[in-house]
Amino acid sequence: MAYALQQLINGVTLGMIYGLIAVGYTMVYGIIGMINFAHGDVFMVGAFLSLIALLGLSALGITSVPLALALTLIFAAAIAALYGWTVERVAYRPLRGSFRLAPLISAIGMSITLQNFVQVSQGARVKPIEPVIPGGIQIMNQGGFTVQLSWMQIAIVVITLVILGIFTWLVTRTPLGRTMRACEQDLKMASLLGIDTDRTISLTFVIGAALAAVAGFLFLLYYGVIDFYIGFIAGIKAFTAAVLGGIGSLPGAVLGGLLIGLIEVFWSAYFSVEYKDVAAFSILIVVLIFLPTGILGRAEVEKV
Amino acid sequence: MSGLRDAFLSALVALGLFVPLVGLVTTPSDHGLHLVVRPVATAVVVGLVFVGRLAMLAWRGRTRRDAVKANRAFAERITRAGKYVTPVLLAAAVALPFTGSRYYIDLGTLVLTYIMLGWGLNIVVGLAGLLDLGYVAFYAVGAYSFAILAHTFGLGFWTCLPMAGLLAALWGIMLGFPVLRLRGDYLAIVTLAFGEIIRIVLINWVSLTNGPNGITDIPRPTLFGLAFSMDGGDGTVAGFLGIEPAVIQRIIFLYYVILGLALLTNWVTLRLRRMPLGRAWEALREDEVACRSLGINVTNTKLTAFAIGAFFGGFAGAFFATRQAFISPESFTFIESATVLAIVVLGGMGSQLGVALAAIIMIGGLEALRDFLSFLGDQMNNPVFAGIASELPLYRMLIFGLALVVMMVLRPRGLISGRTPSVAMTRPKEIAAELVAQGRG
Repeated sequence: MAYALQQLINGVTLGMIYGLIAVGYTMVYGIIGMINFAHGDVFMVGAFLSLIALLGLSALGITSVPLALALTLIFAAAIAALYGWTVERVAYRPLRGSFRLAPLISAIGMSITLQNFVQVSQGARVKPIEPVIPGGIQIMNQGGFTVQLSWMQIAIVVITLVILGIFTWLVTRTPLGRTMRACEQDLKMASLLGIDTDRTISLTFVIGAALAAVAGFLFLLYYGVIDFYIGFIAGIKAFTAAVLGGIGSLPGAVLGGLLIGLIEVFWSAYFSVEYKDVAAFSILIVVLIFLPTGILGRAEVEKV
Repeated sequence: MSGLRDAFLSALVALGLFVPLVGLVTTPSDHGLHLVVRPVATAVVVGLVFVGRLAMLAWRGRTRRDAVKANRAFAERITRAGKYVTPVLLAAAVALPFTGSRYYIDLGTLVLTYIMLGWGLNIVVGLAGLLDLGYVAFYAVGAYSFAILAHTFGLGFWTCLPMAGLLAALWGIMLGFPVLRLRGDYLAIVTLAFGEIIRIVLINWVSLTNGPNGITDIPRPTLFGLAFSMDGGDGTVAGFLGIEPAVIQRIIFLYYVILGLALLTNWVTLRLRRMPLGRAWEALREDEVACRSLGINVTNTKLTAFAIGAFFGGFAGAFFATRQAFISPESFTFIESATVLAIVVLGGMGSQLGVALAAIIMIGGLEALRDFLSFLGDQMNNPVFAGIASELPLYRMLIFGLALVVMMVLRPRGLISGRTPSVAMTRPKEIAAELVAQGRG
């Protein structure tokens, strides 16, 4: 019981990170119908930016932890947003309206580029940091097994919920969100009605990249170790989460992320750590067979 | 003037992008990581972006109509040249070993392996229009089937080759069944997941695959039962022919084996394209709904595409295993699937010649880049470049990624974009009125 509770806590924490990345996938897919393969690598870039900012701030002598974390978060989100914008501008916009596979290959190329760029510029070795927020609270103790809820996990859940709250407000209550939803429903019609679709798509990438950077920041704090390769696996899993939740649906992405996080953690805890990714991917295949539109997705209307 | 402003803005964006990641390097030290500042490198990268943007704007300065015309002329020239390119390429491929250069033969073998993989995947992606991001799984199944069969039962390459192909085809069908209902990008992600599952299983099923250490001592292929070994005894090729045994003989033999296998793939594809099955694939690619309304069995059509594509992937895998004599899960990563898919898409989706050209350009280009970078590194004896010279080979994949993006942006439909149907009606057939009435028109 205590063991399961601990896994639940860990799973939710991990799921929050996946959910944040998945939102970026699902938004882009919803609007232009392509898998933004480089999104996982933008997440990785966000983690590296956070690392650099943390080191830079400590070198500058900023010792207040909350201030340093806030500045790091803003810095990482801003620069990663710039990366997201650049990726869209360079690799995807020239291919808009081209046939389906061209942007996909271009996205794979961009993913390889970002990965190797970080490897070349920052080195291939793993980058460890000291825990920034140590300690936690003990929830219960049962038969010698202590259930730990670390401050870090609380911070991750709180930050994720706040960011998702802001994001939901942005999408549902602002003019920008309205144009984004319009573009998602019908890109051509939206442009006929005077919406600057290119700008909206750019902003979608910017927001998605900023969310991925937040995820990268949390990942760095939670695990304390990053390298240039984390983006690939996290990216596939987040995409799996987006598909699981129903691609195009924003609450679905978060729900999918939570599910993937929970599946992965519980599988590792009760079966085998080695096959945790197999579990996540198998769930994806099973879900797609029986529920091709995901949990919260809309059924696609087949037009002839 | 506006060009200058544009380039300046690009440089500004580059400054924002590169100051944190290029300018500040996380370096390990005695107590944790610390940052090292690299102003020169940052300035160089930003300067490159500025100059590059200016050059791009100047090149784009041509009117749009010129560009379109040039594009069409290029396509026409390629199509016309295609008639001559094919025999020339084939002759060059057959003649290559006569250069006697081990380097070129090895490179040729590598390129041919990718051509074969490209042609195999072309059946799935180019002909049937099913987006497969996990093709490397079948390559891996072929390689491991051969290695395990050879080790467990002591079978040779030629016995195992069809078995490796059949096992890969079986896996193709097993993957094909559940994903039949999926379309487009869902299919892509499921096949990607499948490729990763296979790789993870290969890493972790140590008792069967020897895990991350891989399988060594995979037998080499024989020529009609004669081995290529160095002792020159009776049962060896050198002993039989009465010539001096040399490593190059085996290298050349392997080259012709893969050439033969690749041509087999090509021949089967070309024949299949003219059969009802191949026509159904092409119809499926164009419009699935129309296919179903016309009574084409979509399930069988998709499954055969998966199976036959996987079959050739398995062949290529078995060849890879016998050539390397060593396989490990590291050789079967997503980047392989991505490379093969890029070859197919760059080749122009469905064009056999295009796939071959794309493989030559991409794989040959990657190797040329490797040589060029290490050559450049050697030339940089100057201490100014001391830091960068040893790192140069790492830039290979970075340049590869950028090249993929640039190639797609410049030619989104691939090198040879003409997709003529393999079978076309030339003139209307005359059908008797009573047959039309019976619905056979």
